[in-house]
Amino acid sequence: MEEQEFLPRIIGFLCNWCSYAGADLAGVSRLQMPPTLIPIRVMCSSRVDPLFILTALLRGADAVLVAGCHPGDCHYQYGNYYTRRRIALIKKVFDQLGLETDRLRLAWISASEGGRFRDVVTTFTQHIKEKGPNPIKKEIFL
Amino acid sequence: MKALKIAKSPDDAIKELLSSLFENQKIKGVFSLFYDQDYFYGLVTDKELFNKLTPTAPVMPANGGKMLSRLTMIEPPAVPIAVVLKPCELRAFYELSKLEQANLENLIFISFVCAGVLSLKEIKNNIEEKVANANQKQGLRECCQLCENFVPENADLILPLIDGDNKTTIFIKTERGEELLQGIENNLVEEDFDSAKLSSIKEERSRYREKTWQNLKTENLGIPGLIDIFGRCINCHACGRACPICYCNLCYFDSADNDSGPRVYEAELERRGALRAPSGTIFYHIGRMIHVSLSCVGCGMCSDVCPVSIPVGTIFTRVAEETQRLFNYVPGRNLEEKIPISTFEIKEFEELGEA
Repeated sequence: MEEQEFLPRIIGFLCNWCSYAGADLAGVSRLQMPPTLIPIRVMCSSRVDPLFILTALLRGADAVLVAGCHPGDCHYQYGNYYTRRRIALIKKVFDQLGLETDRLRLAWISASEGGRFRDVVTTFTQHIKEKGPNPIKKEIFL
Repeated sequence: MKALKIAKSPDDAIKELLSSLFENQKIKGVFSLFYDQDYFYGLVTDKELFNKLTPTAPVMPANGGKMLSRLTMIEPPAVPIAVVLKPCELRAFYELSKLEQANLENLIFISFVCAGVLSLKEIKNNIEEKVANANQKQGLRECCQLCENFVPENADLILPLIDGDNKTTIFIKTERGEELLQGIENNLVEEDFDSAKLSSIKEERSRYREKTWQNLKTENLGIPGLIDIFGRCINCHACGRACPICYCNLCYFDSADNDSGPRVYEAELERRGALRAPSGTIFYHIGRMIHVSLSCVGCGMCSDVCPVSIPVGTIFTRVAEETQRLFNYVPGRNLEEKIPISTFEIKEFEELGEA
């Protein structure tokens, strides 16, 4: 029997005002993309607690995508700037502990960018496919 | 810089100064390390008890900055209080005031060049003897040996503690300190804060730090390495309790939110076929690192209180060094600087988000 192809599981935190609407547009426009993203709608990308990301990765998600409005377009004016700093911080901590930083990605996707949403999901999926499954999954006693 | 010379040991010099300030109504109390059967932090307003002061003893029963923040959080003292803290404790107190957990009003800060403190486990027995014999090398905590911020920056009065026996110089760093001593101590001398004497200590510490980082190599840890180090964690959360920066009264990791129901366990078992108990220890440590590393002052209390001797403080200090460098931030350096994640700049990290 042929071995099943690895299909990553990516947890996507999408901001209600831009990225979720962008994903919606991609769907309505019937854009084709890999079925790898599990969307979680948040009111703002800055609602994403670092612990959400950590939980997802430790419990075996292959990657985490945080998506929000483009800088300057935040519905709450400055939320995404805080997100950006926070992601930079998390990546630094991961880097310093020898954890893979490229399993976490931040993307700005506006409500009109259905195509960009598809591109982000496709390239991220491709990247994770090449990397392989999250090694944390193999850690039995975690 | 103006300085005051007292021909006594540092502790006695501080006692003398505080007594005369107290008698002249310049201060109404002292917050400092005391010794009475045991070392502890205390706030004292009775002059009779000043003889129990041991401000510069190489002991840290708790982070004094955190202890003081608990006293001043709701309201600052109504009367002036002199506070004697180690440099790391003072930095922690400044961070806590940025986090709205402490008030600086009516506090006069006295600090000293810190030679490091003994590990709490080390001094459990024969505490007095060990403190009396403490020298720069033996029994000092690892976090102290690799500390490069042992010179206090933001105190009103600073003691270098390098004068030798029975000679103490107290430098007056701020206008407030000068005001305080006005009319009380009239024989002030003009002297430079001689940092040359301190540079050899700093070099030694830097070398030790570098060596420790070389041995530690946190960047190669990965999950297996983290399990290696934190695997024996018993999830007591003492490190967070002792940490000055971990101030939340109800910690997320202690809350019901963090309790996993059977569904979570079942999912874990389905996925891995196994479950470590206590669970979530790695989650706790990485999570706490993300939460506090920007404000971590490297006081080492977390290592000190760990019942299973995990070098928590060493690893946190290493990670903190990098995260703080990312934002060019030094905790406790300047009250005007905001904690990096509580602010932002429009143009920064622009490569993020363009994925």
